[in-house]
Amino acid sequence: MNDMAQDGYTTADGRKIGGVLMEMRNITLRFGGVKAITDISFDIREGEIRAIIGPNGAGKSSMLNVISGFYVPQEGEVWFHGQRRAPMKPYEVARQGIARTFQNIALFDGMSVLDNIMTGRLTMMKTGLFSQALWWGRAQAEETAHREKVERIIDFLEIQTIRKTPVGRLPYGLKKRVELARALAAEPKLLLLDEPMAGMNVEEKEDMSRFILDVNDEFGTTIALIEHDMGVVMDLSDRVVVMDYGKKIGDGTPDQVRANQAVIDAYLGVAHD
Amino acid sequence: MSMNAGGDCPSIPALLARNARKYPTLAAYREKEFGIWQSWTWAEAEVQIRAMAMGFLALGMARGDHVAVIGRNRPALYWSMMAAQMCGAVPVPLYQEATGDEMAYVLDHCGARFVVCGDQEQVDKVIEVQDAIKHIEQVVYLDKRGMRKYDHSHMNALEDVVAEGRAGHHRFEAELEARINELTYDSTCVMLYTSGTTGKPKGVVLSNRNIIATSRASSEFDHLRAGDEVLAYLPMAWVGDFIFSIGQATWTGFCVNCPESPETMMTDLREIGPTYFFAPPRIFETMLTNVMIRMEDASRLKKRLFDHYMALARRIGPAILDGKPVSALDRLRYGLGNRLIYGPLKNTLGLTRVRVAYTAGEAIGPEIFDFYRSLGINLKQLYGQTEASVFITQQPDGQVRSDTVGVPSPGVELRIADSGEVYYRSPGTFVKYFNNPESTASTKDAEGWVATGDAGFIEEDTGHLRIIDRAKDVGKMADGRLFAPKYIENKLKFYPNILEAVVFGAAREMCTAFINIDLTAVGNWAERSNISYSSYQELSQHPQVIETIKSHVEAVNRSVAEDPMLSGCQVHRFLVLHKELDADDGELTRTRKVRRNTIAEKFAELIEALYGGVASIYTETEVTYEDGRKGAIKATLTITDAAVVPGKQRMAAE
Repeated sequence: MNDMAQDGYTTADGRKIGGVLMEMRNITLRFGGVKAITDISFDIREGEIRAIIGPNGAGKSSMLNVISGFYVPQEGEVWFHGQRRAPMKPYEVARQGIARTFQNIALFDGMSVLDNIMTGRLTMMKTGLFSQALWWGRAQAEETAHREKVERIIDFLEIQTIRKTPVGRLPYGLKKRVELARALAAEPKLLLLDEPMAGMNVEEKEDMSRFILDVNDEFGTTIALIEHDMGVVMDLSDRVVVMDYGKKIGDGTPDQVRANQAVIDAYLGVAHD
Repeated sequence: MSMNAGGDCPSIPALLARNARKYPTLAAYREKEFGIWQSWTWAEAEVQIRAMAMGFLALGMARGDHVAVIGRNRPALYWSMMAAQMCGAVPVPLYQEATGDEMAYVLDHCGARFVVCGDQEQVDKVIEVQDAIKHIEQVVYLDKRGMRKYDHSHMNALEDVVAEGRAGHHRFEAELEARINELTYDSTCVMLYTSGTTGKPKGVVLSNRNIIATSRASSEFDHLRAGDEVLAYLPMAWVGDFIFSIGQATWTGFCVNCPESPETMMTDLREIGPTYFFAPPRIFETMLTNVMIRMEDASRLKKRLFDHYMALARRIGPAILDGKPVSALDRLRYGLGNRLIYGPLKNTLGLTRVRVAYTAGEAIGPEIFDFYRSLGINLKQLYGQTEASVFITQQPDGQVRSDTVGVPSPGVELRIADSGEVYYRSPGTFVKYFNNPESTASTKDAEGWVATGDAGFIEEDTGHLRIIDRAKDVGKMADGRLFAPKYIENKLKFYPNILEAVVFGAAREMCTAFINIDLTAVGNWAERSNISYSSYQELSQHPQVIETIKSHVEAVNRSVAEDPMLSGCQVHRFLVLHKELDADDGELTRTRKVRRNTIAEKFAELIEALYGGVASIYTETEVTYEDGRKGAIKATLTITDAAVVPGKQRMAAE
């Protein structure tokens, strides 16, 4: 935490943003001959809501996958908690305190909401398969403790009604919420949201925005999100990275980004008035 | 009933202390939170409520202060009302769905110094109106979520208030004891605002005597006792919830269970299995519909079993419940049905343990009412209002019918005025409307008789009260006979095929009606009978549809004819409307109540046709579509004569 522990800043609504939690340094990612990401650098600070936006195919999801450790960039470095991160397996990433949701919902359809959220705590379970199967001794106490955490998340996201409902029977908006619940169950330091509002109606978007803000506020979770809906992004995030064709073309507060000519041209379209 | 209705306990806090001594280990409150039922015994609840009261003292709560309480049913909010009472203050529960404006009126009118909010949403509403209402000094909130960034100079979390009370108990114990001891039967127990469907809401002041005497009488009436369970899910601002969850609960020592959230109410109902249950007709209706829909999807064997045993239950279930003689064979069959169908069904509904269930508020359909009773659920009706501390009449076990509201509750006197309006006098009769002597005087006379605003009559042979209509809607026909349109309309609307009915007849020689068919029910029937139709309008005028409606109207006429007082209201002629009455066209209110005058004006020519003796009429009606565009519907409507039964005694008047 040496040279990177800068002071942070205070947001317009009075939240204190801390030092750098994760830093991307000159990341380049190639798939064969295709350059998905070209030489991108930015940081994510502790406690902030950081958005990555850009037109289709700009490389946003690839960027998120680099952050989550799923893709290993050919060039550049990922620094987390002030240390350079070596390539790692997904479960190691999860243990580091990074959780994510997916653009296309990835839940277990046949399992209840409760069981789905419980899977979010798997990395934290210490008892073995055998004692869990017998539900005996430590395994019992452990499940109770995990269940309590999960119930708090259910309460937080207001999904008590569907606790026992199989996920497959839920409407899309609720599935998204369950996915967020599962990510939260891992008690992440850094939460990655891949298009959390995609395909939602206005009311569902408002609900989801409120939950994202509440998560950030109540648990102090740092959030990095990809989103298409510009209105949502501008309202939610503290700072925004704008990508186009795999390159970074803007970085700053929503207001700065809105005023950035390159961004307007590339993504928002040329202003008519 | 003695004057000293509460034994030695003249207040709710005194009853609480008694329960803590008498039933220290019995559950007093439960709330489902984090997936588990958390519970508090009477002893624990008392400790908690006293600490909260001392916290309120620390915040400067004074005698006579009004303490507004806004939120969903949660133990801590019930406690905050009792804690306020301990301080000599008056709790004023408000409707949580109220908008900022509605809330502002009540907060301003009662001059609340303290507001206890359930969560951030309620706090926001209070903050919104706080600029206009200067007298709000302290806001206390229960759910801490989202509250961290608020200005806390005059705001506290309830949890912190309790902690402060606990920490400072040496300083406040004596003061609290003194304030509790000052409470008498005549101290104000609670102030409840009427819903204000007619004009501005009025603050109904109820004394400890009102609440405790009523709670005692009604608990004894139904043998409620410690160990009973209720589910508290109806608005806290409603007088019924105050009587059930505070009055009767503290009087008998039964347990109040609060659901996890409003949406989980049905699941929570099943888990608790209340022994005493209240629900408005709407809830019973929804529960029945859900059962029927699920039965439609059941396998054929199950469905046949269900139909067979439900037919049996309808035939003998109510008689068994009322303790009337039933043959041994039938009892045996019913017992088998109970094993196979009724028991599991009641369990699914969460009504297995119900000893006493009530419904009130509006008319309940006889089929719905009988469905529950035939299963062996002791569902009864009561009639009451805020000004009476709920109970005016209720049905004793064994004398339950869907068309009456029962006999006067213990201690209640009834009188029917010449106009047909129902008056009552009881220990529960309210003290006054807050800051409104004119309304108090016009509602309650010097002898304590209160006008209910409802018209009704007492059946001579049974002594049961029957409510006909709102008194202001009841009129006279040309020959002076009683005209009660809503009574007839309700009877018509109990038929699934009829969505809406409007009856005319004030100052006329006979009654006529407009009928709206229910497109879902009638459309379904048309589909099953292979009847094709291209529009609502065409279906509504189909001869077979009109024939069916005619049979419903005539059935209603027969049942109306049995009441000598109402026999004049039989529907002689009717037509089926070519369009659904709609709030967008101003024909209904937003809460789907019929706007009689608007309809009479708009369809004046149709009414003339009904009285003019023609067999059909051509009409054009303007309609407003949902997007605001206007259009016209043209139709030729058939006018049908319905058979009427000659009145028993009123033949001469014809």
